[in-house]
Amino acid sequence: MEALHTLPRAAAGQEAINRTDWRQKLRHYRQHPGSFLLLILTVLSALATIGVLFALIAYILIRGIPCLTPDLFAWEYTTSNVSMMPALINTVLVVVLTLAIALPIGLGAAIYLTEYAKRGNRLVRIIRITAETLSGIPSIVYGLFGFLFFNIALKWGYTILGGALTLAIMVLPLIMRTAEEALLAVPDSYREGSFGLGAGRLRTVFRIVLPAAVPGILSGVILAIGRIVGETAALLYPAGTAPVVPESLLNSGRTLAVHMYALLNEGLYMEQAYATAVVLLVLVVGINALSGLLARKLSAKEK
Amino acid sequence: MKTDTRETLMRLVFLITACVSILSVALICIFIFGGGLPAIAEIGPIKFLLGTTWKPSNGQYGIFPMIVGSIYVTAGALLIGVPVGLLCAIFLARFCPAPAYRLIKPAVDLLAGIPSIVYGFFGLVVIVPLMQKLTGTGGKGVLTASILLGIMILPTIISVSESALRAVPESYYEGALGLGATHERAVFCACLPAAKSGILAGVILGVGRAIGETMAVQMVAGNQPVVPASPLSGVRTLTANIVMEMGYATDLHREALIATAVVLFVFILLINLCFSALKRKE
Repeated sequence: MEALHTLPRAAAGQEAINRTDWRQKLRHYRQHPGSFLLLILTVLSALATIGVLFALIAYILIRGIPCLTPDLFAWEYTTSNVSMMPALINTVLVVVLTLAIALPIGLGAAIYLTEYAKRGNRLVRIIRITAETLSGIPSIVYGLFGFLFFNIALKWGYTILGGALTLAIMVLPLIMRTAEEALLAVPDSYREGSFGLGAGRLRTVFRIVLPAAVPGILSGVILAIGRIVGETAALLYPAGTAPVVPESLLNSGRTLAVHMYALLNEGLYMEQAYATAVVLLVLVVGINALSGLLARKLSAKEK
Repeated sequence: MKTDTRETLMRLVFLITACVSILSVALICIFIFGGGLPAIAEIGPIKFLLGTTWKPSNGQYGIFPMIVGSIYVTAGALLIGVPVGLLCAIFLARFCPAPAYRLIKPAVDLLAGIPSIVYGFFGLVVIVPLMQKLTGTGGKGVLTASILLGIMILPTIISVSESALRAVPESYYEGALGLGATHERAVFCACLPAAKSGILAGVILGVGRAIGETMAVQMVAGNQPVVPASPLSGVRTLTANIVMEMGYATDLHREALIATAVVLFVFILLINLCFSALKRKE
């Protein structure tokens, strides 16, 4: 968001000092062919980047939307209708479960780091290093760990709870970081005012600091939802691939991304895979739009 | 008195939640290293790391082809992703008119948000047939995987490089202009070198993402466990090796797969180390 603030300044500067029309620019570039080449290259790269995105979205939507049939949203999965409804419900379930685990922990950790811990504390340093390490671990390693820990060591077998716990560890650093940033952005005068009125630390945190930091925390949560919805590798082994809504949290169930992987793996259901890709894309675009909206609101408030 | 106990109690609760990340890393290390290292010892570290045959049915567990495969694919992704990503970041930071920025920036964010399985699917139904037509081979291989991964690491490289470029003081640019440089020359010869450590950090993050990517790569790489002879031949990465065989592996085979994850984990730890060393230098 910082980025946006610097833009108008540069634009205004150009307008005021060196306004050039396109003919001057062209002559200028003829004198400096190297500069012209660089300009072309940067523009081409930017075009290529958004070109790839639009190609991907357009291709999947054009091929996928005709594949969306009512059958695909039947309540029960059978091999003839290959319904994605159970997977859709499981996705919501996993998102809710994962956030229910990761959000309190991440928030608590962020509160500890910003409000309680002393600066330069050794423990704080270790927490930061481990959080950084966690955010670098590939999702397949999470999946393997979840499988070894929940499925084998705890003898749960394929469970949706194991999958959610694995994902909770995976999104924990993301939630911690965004929550910490949001808490740090709350001005100290809020805290001082609260302390001055006789509130304790706990009351200050919950009544003053947290409410002020909610939008920032929410944007982290939305990012986390995006990751959870799209995750395959970390869920495949802990949660398994049963195409049903699990009866309990200790049964297997596949989310939409895992559903798509399973369809492609079987190789028989290309059309259904296209349809699933459309639904996944729509979800992700929606989540992104939501976080963009929130970010705009946030920066508007700061101004 | 009552609030006092509540204060200390909650303080303790926050402390415990803060320690969850430490506990998680410890557990992951224990389970991955604890499961993998015995297998490496049993197979023999040299035979495991440098053996070129992966035939679990014969009891041959050499992951050298997968290590080479991961490195090839990551290097290929960098060859494609870094120039395009860097130039795009330069465009966003220094060339882009404000209305276009409002379009391109969310597009880059969206590129980061698309699930890897969707990327893999796109690679499978678009890039693989395209490569088949262009090269006359099966279409799956190092090159295809590199292209797909190159696309996938673009948003990481773009956003980190862009913020590094924006952090360069405006005076560098203005100084270069004042000395008679063109806009392009000022950006490429004055701003770019000043942002290099930030850009390098973005590239390292990209390496981490590329080497750890599983689903997308597995769908377009061909997955033959042999050292690839050419950019067009099939390749299996460390991640693909784990995800493909974990479902049915037992005993030593399973442990060998966990050991594969150990190798991957060590790679990632090294990358993390580079990253934090770079950040500390800044």
